[in-house]
Amino acid sequence: MPGVSSSRKGGSLSTTEADHSHKLQLAAFRRQSRLAMRKQSQLVPENTVSGNALTIVVAIMCFLACLTLGAVTLVRDAASDWQTDLLREVTIQVRPIEGVDTAAEAAKAATVARLFRGVASAEVISEAESTALLEPWLGTGLDLGELPIPRLIVVRLSDPSIVDLGALADRLAAQVRGATLDDHRGWTSRLQTMARVTVFIGLGILSLVFMATVLSVVFATRGAMAGNRDVVSVLHFVGAEDGFIAREYQRHFMLLGLKGGLMGAAAAAFIFALTSFVLAPSMSPVAADQTAALFGSFAVGPVGYLGALAIAFMIAVMTAITSRLTVYRYLAESE
Amino acid sequence: MIRFENVGLRYGMGPEILRDLSFQIAPRSFQFLTGPSGAGKTTLIRLIFLSLKPTRGLITVFNRDAASLSKTDLPALRRRIGVVFQDFRLLDHLTTFENVALPLRVLGNEESSYRADVVELLRWVGLGDRMHAFPPVMSGGEKQRAALARALIGKPEILLADEPTGNVDPPLARRLMRLFVELNRLGTSVVIATHDINLMNQFNARRLVIEEGRLTVYD
Repeated sequence: MPGVSSSRKGGSLSTTEADHSHKLQLAAFRRQSRLAMRKQSQLVPENTVSGNALTIVVAIMCFLACLTLGAVTLVRDAASDWQTDLLREVTIQVRPIEGVDTAAEAAKAATVARLFRGVASAEVISEAESTALLEPWLGTGLDLGELPIPRLIVVRLSDPSIVDLGALADRLAAQVRGATLDDHRGWTSRLQTMARVTVFIGLGILSLVFMATVLSVVFATRGAMAGNRDVVSVLHFVGAEDGFIAREYQRHFMLLGLKGGLMGAAAAAFIFALTSFVLAPSMSPVAADQTAALFGSFAVGPVGYLGALAIAFMIAVMTAITSRLTVYRYLAESE
Repeated sequence: MIRFENVGLRYGMGPEILRDLSFQIAPRSFQFLTGPSGAGKTTLIRLIFLSLKPTRGLITVFNRDAASLSKTDLPALRRRIGVVFQDFRLLDHLTTFENVALPLRVLGNEESSYRADVVELLRWVGLGDRMHAFPPVMSGGEKQRAALARALIGKPEILLADEPTGNVDPPLARRLMRLFVELNRLGTSVVIATHDINLMNQFNARRLVIEEGRLTVYD
């Protein structure tokens, strides 16, 4: 038994015995050094099939959750941009009236608007620009003078909250013949409703994806745990406390979850970056204009990237908690 | 140390597979637990090890009534009992050294604090050169000795060995038995479950014989 030293006959060793003893000591020293230098194995087996499957499931679910989050932030930001743009811009129409110089009235309307509090600029849309705007419907070679086309003035507001649009409409009606103010209120209201519905639907989808992620992670973790029953049982009978076993498994599964989560989040971030920096600039001008009209810069903002990172960590924590609960349940059943 | 009084066990609503077991295991004692295959030797070892609860009777382990033990009391008591299972139950992803060191590692001890003890014990069981080997590449005898070393590393007061010589050849069986005898000489109580009559005949030791669910003690 260790600790009981063997007695040796004689007080001194011969040269051969001394060499042999020296060699044994050297071998023991080497063995001890090897043991001291090598990395201690984890108690929970690494790189198992079920562990790798869990990592892949977590990565896929995290990727889908991050993509959904990115899409929701994109729509929310775009809706907010539409609303802001519309609120910052109003249009004055000057209808042609018999015997009145429409161009002069338009210039007067622009001047009235410019002098109004809270207005940043007022630009009359030139005849060339109006012709270009109507070209898709009326064809080329159009002469605006022959048609009763109203002249438009684009008024940009520096601060929509201080502009009294009712007073501006009254002043225009009083000072400019044929002028009316379109403040896009109808549009804004409908757009607000649409944006709210879109974000609401997006959040609904995000919640569903989250629920699916939670369930997938729970089942995958339990599946991976099932393959570890023998290990838990052995740890148990060598006298490990339940808390010790649960900690070992929690740490192991949290690392697996974090690995999978970061893989999924990184893949989603790559897709976000790809759409922002590669796909959007490579679109045709028409497609780019349409995309810009709908989604602004078509770039997922910092919220999308930070959200992806948060999802990865959240999934890792969820995996750890699931494994802890599963171990405790198994230990309770095994008693 | 261990005391059974009228202990009975049945699984579910089935018949009683162990009936009215009454015996004691004294400190520093050496005994064989024997009986035909399927008689309930392993089940009795599990009862002593507190991994099974009896359906009736009283079990006292280290002067504690097993029925009154809470779940949190079990790990500390189990550390005072070393067990060698018939199927070894070594962890395949750990080296021999790590398997043997497991009872000390689960206590939260640093490896440097027990490294020398584990190496010395591995040498004592003849596995000094196999401490980096993993169980899947080890022979039955080597696994048996690794399982024995793991049971002993925590210096248990009692050792329970379930068919420790069942998977080894006669010379190794004799060597293992010498280890058990030496261990007993150093103060550990030993219970060896076996159905090998020849092996038991080589030692003049107490016998606990289970037959048809009942236990007879031959001192």
